[in-house]
Amino acid sequence: MSRARGPSMAGDALAQVGACGLFLLQILAALPASLRHVRETVRQVWFAGAMSLVIIMTCGLFVGMVLGLQLYYVLSIFGGTAALGTVVSLSLYRELGPVVTALLFAGRAGTSMTAEIGLMRATDQIEAMEMMAVDPLAYVVAPRFLAGVIAMPLLACIFNALGIFGAHLVGVAWLGLDNGTFWSNMTSSVDVWKDVVNGVWKSLAFGAVVSLIAVFQGYTTAPTSEGVAYATTRTVVASSIVVLALDFVMTAFLM
Amino acid sequence: MTQRRSYQVGTGLFILLGFAALAYLATQTTSVANFSQGPSYALKARFDNIGQLKLRAPVKLAGVRIGSVESIALDPSSLEAQVTVAIDDRYRDIPDDSSASIFTSGLLGDQYVGIKPGGSPDMFKDGDEFVLTQSSMQLEDLIGKFLVNGSPEKSGAAAGPADAAPSTSPDPH
Amino acid sequence: MPSGRRGGASAKVAALRAAPSGRNGTQRVAQAPPSIPAVPSGNLVEVRGLATVLGGKTIFDGLDLDIARGKVTAIMGPSGCGKTTLLRHITGQRLPDAGSIRIDGADVPRLPRQALFELREKIGFLFQNSALLTDFTVFENVAFPLRQHLDLPEELVRNIVLTKLQAVGLRGAAGLTPAELSGGMARRVALARAIVRDPMLILYDEPFVGLDPIALNQIVKLIRTLNDTLGVTSILVAHEFSAVTRVADQVFLLAGGKVAAAGTPAELARGDSPWTRQFFGGEADGPVPFQYPAGDYAADLGFPAAGRA
Ligand SMILES: Nc1ncnc2c1ncn2[C@@H]1O[C@H](COP(=O)(O)OP(=O)(O)OP(=O)(O)O)[C@@H](O)[C@H]1O
Ligand SMILES: [Mg+2]
Repeated sequence: MSRARGPSMAGDALAQVGACGLFLLQILAALPASLRHVRETVRQVWFAGAMSLVIIMTCGLFVGMVLGLQLYYVLSIFGGTAALGTVVSLSLYRELGPVVTALLFAGRAGTSMTAEIGLMRATDQIEAMEMMAVDPLAYVVAPRFLAGVIAMPLLACIFNALGIFGAHLVGVAWLGLDNGTFWSNMTSSVDVWKDVVNGVWKSLAFGAVVSLIAVFQGYTTAPTSEGVAYATTRTVVASSIVVLALDFVMTAFLM
Repeated sequence: MTQRRSYQVGTGLFILLGFAALAYLATQTTSVANFSQGPSYALKARFDNIGQLKLRAPVKLAGVRIGSVESIALDPSSLEAQVTVAIDDRYRDIPDDSSASIFTSGLLGDQYVGIKPGGSPDMFKDGDEFVLTQSSMQLEDLIGKFLVNGSPEKSGAAAGPADAAPSTSPDPH
Repeated sequence: MPSGRRGGASAKVAALRAAPSGRNGTQRVAQAPPSIPAVPSGNLVEVRGLATVLGGKTIFDGLDLDIARGKVTAIMGPSGCGKTTLLRHITGQRLPDAGSIRIDGADVPRLPRQALFELREKIGFLFQNSALLTDFTVFENVAFPLRQHLDLPEELVRNIVLTKLQAVGLRGAAGLTPAELSGGMARRVALARAIVRDPMLILYDEPFVGLDPIALNQIVKLIRTLNDTLGVTSILVAHEFSAVTRVADQVFLLAGGKVAAAGTPAELARGDSPWTRQFFGGEADGPVPFQYPAGDYAADLGFPAAGRA
């Protein structure tokens, strides 16, 4: 059974990737038309971005605090605790900020995009729009895609800022590192373009990928309750895999 | 309508917050933060070896940051490194017999210029040069010295310089 | 891709069109002569040789149908015979396997997406399940087509929307969300949305379902009024023959993938053919099977002996 399924599953996955790519082209083609629906895009930035703030900020704070504790311990082995700020900020900007934000975003905003579009399809709302001569790609899909692309880098920046704050809290206020050392080490080793901006590129790419997967799964879901549930799960699974794989590729080429 | 407006305002706030975070990260936590700290004056120092000292590395006195490295050049005649540092105008009263050394913050941290104040009644003026300088302590040299002087067969050699490091490159605090 | 609209079956079209399809057993009384696609003909919609197979089941098998301009045409037929499918073909939501559908001379299945959308702007469609946008209030649902296509001042939008809501008796419900509506109310909101842009053609998929007699009366009057005053062409799918009698000029009875009977309501009510007799008499036995095609009942229930008997 499993032997028979192997190739077909690989084929299915390949077909999905291909369909997803074609869907991206369709979205891009619908982007000019979606400019008419700026309001809808704004609304989606609100749902995807602003509504994710709580989870992003909380997680950013805790990730920063954990990083502060762990790296302080590791660095103290080498007597290098002065570098705590540097190490924390570099790992946040280059890796953890974009990646963790993307994974959280997939769980928080990606799933709701998928479920929402899937239910709109299941209840004929998508078809109703087509009947009212409104292109659902331009009205429903493209604004959500755009919102993901816009919101992700901003969320990642907020995540990073909270992470730095958390690490500072642990390192300086709790473990007694010198405040000046913490910051001056960081400022002398972190580069705007190589570290901060490259991280922003990463999270832009992750935003595009996660929201593409989310809208694709929602748009092509089977119009049933089970279909929507399935599609939502697939959004999380596929986004996580693709984000981590893409992260490796981008790290290899960007950094 | 009002509901729609509140979305727009909220979204605007969110985008502002995001860009504020980006601006904060870019300007306050990176080397950009070391640019132009207001009016400053320049001092020169010559070193045999500056190690990994970089542009905009901090200049510290008693552990407090008072300026940054502005330029690094090789003096073609003496074959020494000529380092120009910009000192914040607030710190005008630095005795002119103070010494400049290149230190490493921690074992793995970045290098910076540390100034040890002297006792002269005269103060540095713009463009003056440090008379007393001490070059960067090279980890390789230290290990080499240790291997020559100490027990060569022990693997404890690796721990040796790590213990020695704080005393040879005292981080002033 | 679910939004699949591509040029599709075209080879069989000519052949099917040439064939004198499906006239036997039908009564064509008040029928306009089949005309070359001249725009000012008496027909707004012309369906020729429509053939559709869905999930292995033949839904249409060479269907020919003319919808007269400015008239109310009712489409009736047993459940599952393809009435909704026919409406979807007419609006280009679903492509037929063969055949042509012309609206005002435009060949719908072969229209490019842009042209199709332009055509749809002149068509109102009432979905069988209402299909209201659940994110919006009743008001915004009805205003949606206006806001999407016209840049009207808010005041005017408000006036138009409230007028249409008043016509379906739901002006007071403007602030509710679709989740707060009953089924019949949702139907009426969907109806208001379908007519909000004063289209030239309105397709109603079962507008009377779930309406109480008072609302039903009002909706019948509304459909008739739209027709009489604005000259709108209406296509109506309905099962309530009494309501159809009052509102429709022309009735098509679909069965077996073809038009089984056509005529004015009065003519059909006389029941001259076995189709009409069974359908309007409500008899279980006749040319229209009550059962969805299935295997032997007894065998299904596990009585092999009874199956043989
Ligand atoms: N997507 C589909 N895939 C397969 N078969 C379908 C599909 N949609 C509809 N059908 C079949 O097509 C037939 C006609 O469906 P349709 O919805 O047009 O019926 P209808 O005449 O509108 O019935 P009702 O009066 O109950 O609304 C049904 O037998 C249905 O099983
Ligand atoms: Mg139907």
